[in-house]
This record gives sequence, C-alpha cells and structure tokens, in this order.
Amino acid sequence: MITVEKLKKIKKEQRPLLEKRLREIGNVDIKEDGSIVLNGDYYKKQLRIALKNCEIIDPNNIKEYIAVDGYFALADCLSNMSPKEIIEDIKESGLRGRGGAGFPTGKKWETAYSYDDDQKYMIANADEGDPGAFMDRSILENDPHSVLEGMIIGGYAVGADKGFIYVRAEYPLAVERLQIAIEQAKELGVLGNNILGTGFNFDIELRLGAGAFVCGEGTALIESIEGKRGMPRTKIYRTSHKGLWEKPTIINNVETYANVPVIFQKGVNWYKNIGTEKSPGTKVFALVGKVENAGLVEVPMGTTLREIVFDIGGGTQNGKKFKAVQTGGPSGGCIPADLIDTPVDFESLDEIGSIMGSGGMVVMDEDTCMVDIARYFLDFTVDESCGKCVPCREGTKRLLEMLERFVAGKGEEGDIERLERLSNTVTEASLCSLGKTAATPIVTTLKYFMDEYKAHIYDKKCPAGACQALVEYFITDDCIGCGACAKACPVDCISGEKKELHVIDQDRCIKCGACMEACPPKVSAVIKR
Amino acid sequence: MNIVINGIHYEVEKNTTILQACRKAGIDIPTLCHDDRLEPFASCRMCLVEIEGSNKLVTSCSTVVKDNMVVYTHSDKIIEARKDVLDLLVGNHPLECLSCDKSGQCKLQDYCYEYGIIESSYNGDRREPYVDTSNPFYDYDARKCILCGLCVRVCDELQCTSAIGFGNRGFDTVVTTPFNEGLINSKCVSCGNCVSVCPVGALTPKVQKYRHWESKEVQTTCSYCGVGCQLNLIVKGDKVVGAQPSKEGPNDGLLCVKGKFAYKFINHPDRIKTPLIKRNGKFEEASWDEAYRLIRRKINGIKEESGSEAFAGLTSARCTNEENYLFQKLFRAVIGTNNIDHCARL
Repeated sequence: MITVEKLKKIKKEQRPLLEKRLREIGNVDIKEDGSIVLNGDYYKKQLRIALKNCEIIDPNNIKEYIAVDGYFALADCLSNMSPKEIIEDIKESGLRGRGGAGFPTGKKWETAYSYDDDQKYMIANADEGDPGAFMDRSILENDPHSVLEGMIIGGYAVGADKGFIYVRAEYPLAVERLQIAIEQAKELGVLGNNILGTGFNFDIELRLGAGAFVCGEGTALIESIEGKRGMPRTKIYRTSHKGLWEKPTIINNVETYANVPVIFQKGVNWYKNIGTEKSPGTKVFALVGKVENAGLVEVPMGTTLREIVFDIGGGTQNGKKFKAVQTGGPSGGCIPADLIDTPVDFESLDEIGSIMGSGGMVVMDEDTCMVDIARYFLDFTVDESCGKCVPCREGTKRLLEMLERFVAGKGEEGDIERLERLSNTVTEASLCSLGKTAATPIVTTLKYFMDEYKAHIYDKKCPAGACQALVEYFITDDCIGCGACAKACPVDCISGEKKELHVIDQDRCIKCGACMEACPPKVSAVIKR
Repeated sequence: MNIVINGIHYEVEKNTTILQACRKAGIDIPTLCHDDRLEPFASCRMCLVEIEGSNKLVTSCSTVVKDNMVVYTHSDKIIEARKDVLDLLVGNHPLECLSCDKSGQCKLQDYCYEYGIIESSYNGDRREPYVDTSNPFYDYDARKCILCGLCVRVCDELQCTSAIGFGNRGFDTVVTTPFNEGLINSKCVSCGNCVSVCPVGALTPKVQKYRHWESKEVQTTCSYCGVGCQLNLIVKGDKVVGAQPSKEGPNDGLLCVKGKFAYKFINHPDRIKTPLIKRNGKFEEASWDEAYRLIRRKINGIKEESGSEAFAGLTSARCTNEENYLFQKLFRAVIGTNNIDHCARL
C-alpha cells in the first residue's frame, strides 16, 4: 500500500534523475524554490500553473509527476481535510470553470456535495473542439496525472467514487497517455480502491467522443456517455443535482482540474493573488492565426490582449497591420484593434461582447475580411449544430446563407437588418450555448466592422481584398511586359505584346490570383482592388 | 405558490411548470414538441416566455414555477420570437397545404395563421427529400417534418420500442431507423403512436383520403381485446376512415397496431352484417329472429336427446368482458354445462 512516506521516497529518488535529464536537454531553468520552468523569452512572460509540467516531465512516468510534487496535494486532502474544507478552499480560491462559462468551481462542487445520493459522478470534459484550440490536448498529452489528481480530489470532496474522462477520439495520443496514467496510478495506489490507505475509493474510466463538437456541451456530453445521441438536454435541474443517469454530477474542464492540485500545493492565498479579484488564477490560450509566435500561452487573468498578442506573441506576421483578435472559439467575438488594451478576464470580455470560451485566440491582420471570418465561423456552427432546436438548426443555416451571399457580392438592401434580427432570435431562442452563442461572430463584427458589411453589400467591394468574388485583379503601368502573368493565367485571359502593358479581361478572369503571384516582386504590377 | 401571469395573480402548486400553470389558467401557449406524457424536450422554442428580472427567454415547458415569479406570455418580444421560429420552420417546410392530408388539423398551419406567417422570408436550401414508405400502414415524409421529436420520444418513452431516432445532424437531421434500413426492417411494431402524435403531415396513415373538416369523430371502445382502449373513429360520410387514440381511457392516448390501423373490416364488403342460415347446403341471409328461433330449437333438441354435457362453448377475445360474462352465464345457467372456455386462456 502506498503512503505519504513512500511518495516522499519516490520523490527523493526520482527528483535528481529528472533534473539530470532536464539539464541534459537544457530547455529549462530550475529555480531555487524547486520549481522548474521552460526557458526562453516566450515562456518568461508567462505564468504556468495548468501547464506547469508540460514539456518538463515524462507523461508516461508517474514517478516524474511525483518528483514535481504530484499526488502530495491528494495525500494531504485525503488525510488532513474534510470534504467540506476542500470545497471551502476551492470556493475561497475563486477558481472558475475554464471551459468557457466561468462558473465558480467551488459552488458547483458544493451543490453536488449538498445532495445526499448513493452515487455521484465526476466528469472531465476533454472534448476540446474549437478550431485551433489545443490547451486541453497539451495538458492531457503532457501532464495527464494533474487531471487525474484534480478529479480524485473533487471526487473525495463531493462524495463521488466514479469518474469519466470524455476525451475526443481525434486525440489518440492523449487517449494513450491517459490510459497509461490511469494504469500507473492504479498500480501505485493513488487511484482505485483504498487510495493511499485512507479507505477512499475512486475509479476513472475513459469515454471517447465520436467527433461531435456539441458533445463538449455538458448535457450533450452526459447523453453521449449514457449511450444516447449527443444532444443537449433542457436544463430543469443543474447537472450537479441531476446529471449523469440522473445522479449528482460534476463536469469540469481539463484545465480546471489541472488547477486543483496546485491550489492545494501552494495554498489558497497564493492562488487568489494571481489574476483579478473576480477571475483569479491564470488562463491558457491557444494563440494562433496571423501571429509571429503561435502556441500555448498561460498568463494571469487580467493580462491585456496587447501583452498576449504583442509581447508574447510577437505581433502580426510580416509586419502587416493588426486588425482584430477573435477570442472564445467559434462562439466568440472579434475584438477590434482599438480594444487591444482590454484585460482578458470573464467580465471584461463579456463587456465588449466576446467571451473567454475555452481559450482560443485567433489573431487577424489587415488581409482578413471580417465578413468572411463571420462566414467561416458560421459555417463551422452550421456543421456542428445537433439539429435539436429550431433557431440553431434552421437559423444558423439562414445566417450562413446570408453571409455567403454577402461575400459573393449578392447582398441586398435590408440584409443587414435581417441579419441583425435573425442573429438576435438565434441568440435568444436557442436551447443550448452552442446556439445561444452561434451568432456572436456576426454580432461583434457588425458592431465593430459595420463598414466592411456595408462595403460588401452596397459597394460590392471587399476592403481586405479577401473575398474572391469581390476583388478585381488589375495590371498597372508598372508592367514591364515580361509575360509571366499571361503564362501563369489558367484561363488565358491576359493579353499584351512583349515588353508592353498587359491587360486582364475582367469578364473571363476567375480571380485565382496566379498573375499576382507570377509578377516579379520587383515589378509588382498586378494589384488587387 | 403565487405567480403573476400577464398581470393576473394565480396560485399554483409546487413543481408546476410555467406551461402547466398557464394552461390551468386558460392561457394558450403554443407548443409543437410538448406532450404531457413525455419528458420536456424544449426543442420547438414556441413556448418561450419572458420572466421579469431575467433578460433571457425561457421555455415554459421546462421551467418550474418559483414563488412570486412574474411571467409574460405574449409580450412583443415573445411574439416576435415565435414569429421568427415559425418563419424558420416554414422556410424548410413545403407549403403544400392544398393537397396535404393534415390540412385543417396541422399545428404548424394553425400557428402560422395565428401569428400571421404567410410564407417564409428565407429562400434558401431545403432539407434533402427523404421518404420512407416501407411500412404497410403509414409513411414518413422528411420534407414536411419539423423535427419536434414527438414520434421519436413516444416510440422510446411510451411505446418502449425505440425503433426510430434522429439521423444526420444539424440542418440535415431527419427521423430515421438504424442504418437507414427503413421502417419495415426496423423494430417498428406499427403501433402508429408516432403517427397519432405528429403535429404536421410528416407521418401519415396510408389510407383513404379525408380532410379534417369533412369528418367527425365517434368515440368507442376498441373491440380487439379486453383492455378497453378508448379511441375516436374518424368517420367521413358513412365510412370509417381512420382512428385516433383517446386520452380518456386506460390507454392514455396510445393504441396498438390493431386499434390504430385495423379498422378496415368495418367497411369491408365481405363483412357479415346479418345472420346466415345454411339451407340446402348454402348460406342464406336471415333475420335475427329467425336465427335465434333456430338456435333455441337446436339447443332444446340436443339437450333433450344427449343432455347438457353435450354442449361446449368457446368465446372470443374480441368480445367485451360483459359479453364474455353473459356468454358463460348462458352456458352455465341456461344450458347447464361448465364446458365453457375462452381463446385468451391458450
């Protein structure tokens, strides 16, 4: 049987081996207080809590997790704290759900704790589906034990002895590493029956999602685990009251669970002092898009978008002008350049019409068309709607059809009003958060980039030059008549004598842009307008 | 519990939904996916109401009343939302009301009339046409389906057959059988309860055409077994053209395949409508008086000749309990034998 003493022994043995291995690789700094952080400018400006072990420990070796204080928080909770005390601590820490909605974790746990039932469940929502988001994936692949430890502590707190990790099947490595982690944790005695000799039992099973984005929605996820079609339920009761098989169920995001052990390791006060008053702690963002340094960024809540995009992300690529940043995945909003100093926390993002979401952050530059971006996200939502409620099933499709008309230059007078009205209906009348937030990319782009909509609809122009149907390729007087464009043109619509100005036949042009690419950079006579 | 609906105070019991409270108060709230017998599904979004102090609209079918709740069921905002929902539904529903069997008792048609929807403002894609005509008693036409899910849930929650479910996703969702193998190859027992609950013309019986306003309903007890299911026969002229389960009876709005679809014998030309007496080796029509006289004569004769034990009676499950009782009484008390049996005993 494993005891705290044995854990300490494993740590003592493994720590030097870990440090030796890391020194050989040379990508970390080992600090005086024992913490290990990745070196390099990109990481220096970050504060990693959920990601603290990522790329540092070997995820397939439980001993390395123990070497960085893993499972000591669990041992402490089980032997020295009552469930009620744990819940009070989590409440006090101010930890809020990292899946997007930001619901206070302690409050959720307290609700499940308050219902006396013969069976309760813990679920880890690892059905990360936002395009370009890979926060949970990174934690699951690189530090699976932190999620297990968080879940076991939660299980002890609310009185659950069974946990499920609902992980998408498209993450095969995460699945494999979770399986190894569960096996090793059971073998060691920190998972399964009589954990650490305290008499507490907790088991974790994996459930693989079949690829539906909507299964990341709590009630749809529950339906899916129950073996039904993944469709959200109407919430008469909270899931912490009646969830999986009608039993009190806690669903927390992977990142939320990864925060839990650290809160107990380092103390509630330490945690509370990070971030903002209403949103303590850090948040992991997947910084992607047209940004110089794309990757995972973990910063204290309240860090401004500017610090994330420019200081850490290094700004836009190729010196292009920064235009907007989209937060919160397909349900999030586009934040314009003039709001770049907005602090990133639940309240501030909500105020400007966007959301935290699970942490997607897509950077856009001057070449990005905001109408087209709205169309792109709606295309995603239409595909991922489960089809249950009318506003989402039918409404998102009609929104997409309108946007498709705009980018094709077929917008009409009155369309903006129609788009606004339907966006409003879909937001207000849909059943689950997928539908309720589906129109956010439209609402925010309408709010901040109305000019672009007007340009598409009334002038039939795309100011960013991204919508193929609305751009014209044109050869300026700078043309040296080299003929490269004419050769590259797949439909032979460019004519002109050698060494003379060439002309594009606009009626036949398919707007593929091959001429622009073919034109020698020094000349750059082909322009898009 | 106290609740204020549209400015009027009502007292309701605990755990009542807003919809139940409104119906009790006589306030009509439109619903397409609701059925009292089923778990709330909240998919049609027609029953949305506004609650004071909350900026979110809620579905009245799935929201439990709280003390001193102030509810608005027909505010401008609500009416606009319902109109938009109907507009979206009609945008993916063929307006074939002129030739649709369901016209006149279609909830979508009724609500469009009530909320003033003439046609859809969307001229976009439509769901791929898909029909399943493999069942001998009824057809499914996905074009007309509004995906309220009543059929799927009745089949699952009340009939406990789970033969049908939702297939595909999002805009392409249809009601279908596992692996799209068709109703005839599914677990479907043809009870037709899905057809009975369909609010539109997506699930329709494969029988004689009739329009709602041409027909009348006659309540009766199903004659197929002793349960006593109540059903309304739909009568057009002097012909029975359909059957709808009644909620006033032990069946609570459900029927089996026989009650729902096996009524054609009523108007069948082969049906025997008068007693037949065999004369010279041929059955000839006779009056009831003639028939009873013959039976009495024969019974008396056989009883005198061979005694009561020469008789045996077998009665039918198609008879009511009362008829079965009288039949055994006839045998025991009048004929004087206990040789009496019933097909249901087998």
